[in-house]
Amino acid sequence: MLFSPWCALEEQFIANVSSPASAARARRSGRVGLATASRSTSDPHPAEMATHELHPNDTLTTLKMESENLKAKLEEERAKLHDVELHQVAEKIEALGQFVMKTRRTLKGHGNKVLCMDWCKDKRRIVSSSQDGKVIVWDAFTTNKEHAVTMPCTWVMACAYAPSGCAVACGGLDNKCSVYPLSLDKNENLAAKKKSVAMHTNYLSACSFTNSDMQILTSSGDGTCALWDVESGQLLQSFHGHGADVLCLDLAPSETGNTFVSGGCDKKANVWDMRSGQCIQSFETHESDINSVRYYPSGDAFASGSDDATCRLYDLRADREVAIYSKESIIFGASSVDFSLSGRLLFGGYNDYTINVWDVLKGNRVSILFGHENRVSTLRVSPDGTAFCSGSWDHTLRIWA
Amino acid sequence: MSNNSASSSSSLVIAQKAVKQLRLEASVRRIKVSQAAADLKTFCIQNAHKDPLLMGVPSSDNPFRPPKSCVLF
Repeated sequence: MLFSPWCALEEQFIANVSSPASAARARRSGRVGLATASRSTSDPHPAEMATHELHPNDTLTTLKMESENLKAKLEEERAKLHDVELHQVAEKIEALGQFVMKTRRTLKGHGNKVLCMDWCKDKRRIVSSSQDGKVIVWDAFTTNKEHAVTMPCTWVMACAYAPSGCAVACGGLDNKCSVYPLSLDKNENLAAKKKSVAMHTNYLSACSFTNSDMQILTSSGDGTCALWDVESGQLLQSFHGHGADVLCLDLAPSETGNTFVSGGCDKKANVWDMRSGQCIQSFETHESDINSVRYYPSGDAFASGSDDATCRLYDLRADREVAIYSKESIIFGASSVDFSLSGRLLFGGYNDYTINVWDVLKGNRVSILFGHENRVSTLRVSPDGTAFCSGSWDHTLRIWA
Repeated sequence: MSNNSASSSSSLVIAQKAVKQLRLEASVRRIKVSQAAADLKTFCIQNAHKDPLLMGVPSSDNPFRPPKSCVLF
């Protein structure tokens, strides 16, 4: 069996689960628990596992044993199916040639760090938000500003365009997500029509409309994600499971059903069922905060970017990490990632001011893009895949094609 | 600080939740990496021709690329 040495096991469990007071108690009683535990050394029979309800009499020690048992079993099951690496399967494919991607537009106007951006479904409008509290809607073809709103807070870390193109959502240090309907009348005061939708107990890190203008999904520094009804502001579902701030989220492509993925400071990426609120899969291979998660276009996988300077690909049907995109020369964290339309290219914006372009299948870097004069904080490919936009702490946004 | 019984029952509840979650995750249906990777590869190849950033698009078609001979920025 795959039991690790008992003392290491105990310490690991205590560190993950207990408060200081109960940790001391567990250590004292630990020896007694170990003696009884050694009796059963086999996996619980599947039928047993299904019928064994959790009793109030379950002690901390039997639960921790089962916890470690399950974790080991999970790794064992995942390892059994790890018969090949993704890049080996991709060996026979033609390598990608040289890419010429340049900045085609520069959007200037923010007075401070750009923190987030999103494309409108019309493939030309963009909403961006900044540390100075401003949210701006741009026409990316002409670089004109169409709307500007000043939020009552600084550090607007999240913004999103509604599917209809008629509203934008944003939030940040105000712990809220607010929706602003966009009017055709440029002189109208947008702030007057503002609707507060979400309320968290800590900063808002990301937000996204679902398939319609009617619902918004949010993630927060309070460690939770939540689904809200825009019209009433009602909380429809909350998602608990992250052990620290949740920094990012992405909804599955609509064909693949009602799930979304979130990444957090607990180094975990969790996949959630939107209807039940249940976490259905969890991945913990990153070595630091996960700043960005994005679904692969088919919905069968997702990529993540982290402060550990790597981007990784996780396949949902194989239930494991299948690729790591890293180089020894890349030592700064990846702040945001997105796929090209076919999923062959992964664009990563990094804290060393560059954008790295990766061949998703073969695992190598195909291009490095320079231009920003400070950290790249946000990056999204346009809805029709003709270009991508990056936002930076250098106050600008750039469109690349 | 909270009293002894309250903190012990809360860590018990946390432990129970953790075990329940792990059971759920352990019961997930998985496929082999070779199959998953093959599907990812197939998707990429099938959609490659539709991917403007991958294939490159003539300047006249791409709204962001002006049809000029040089770009100044």
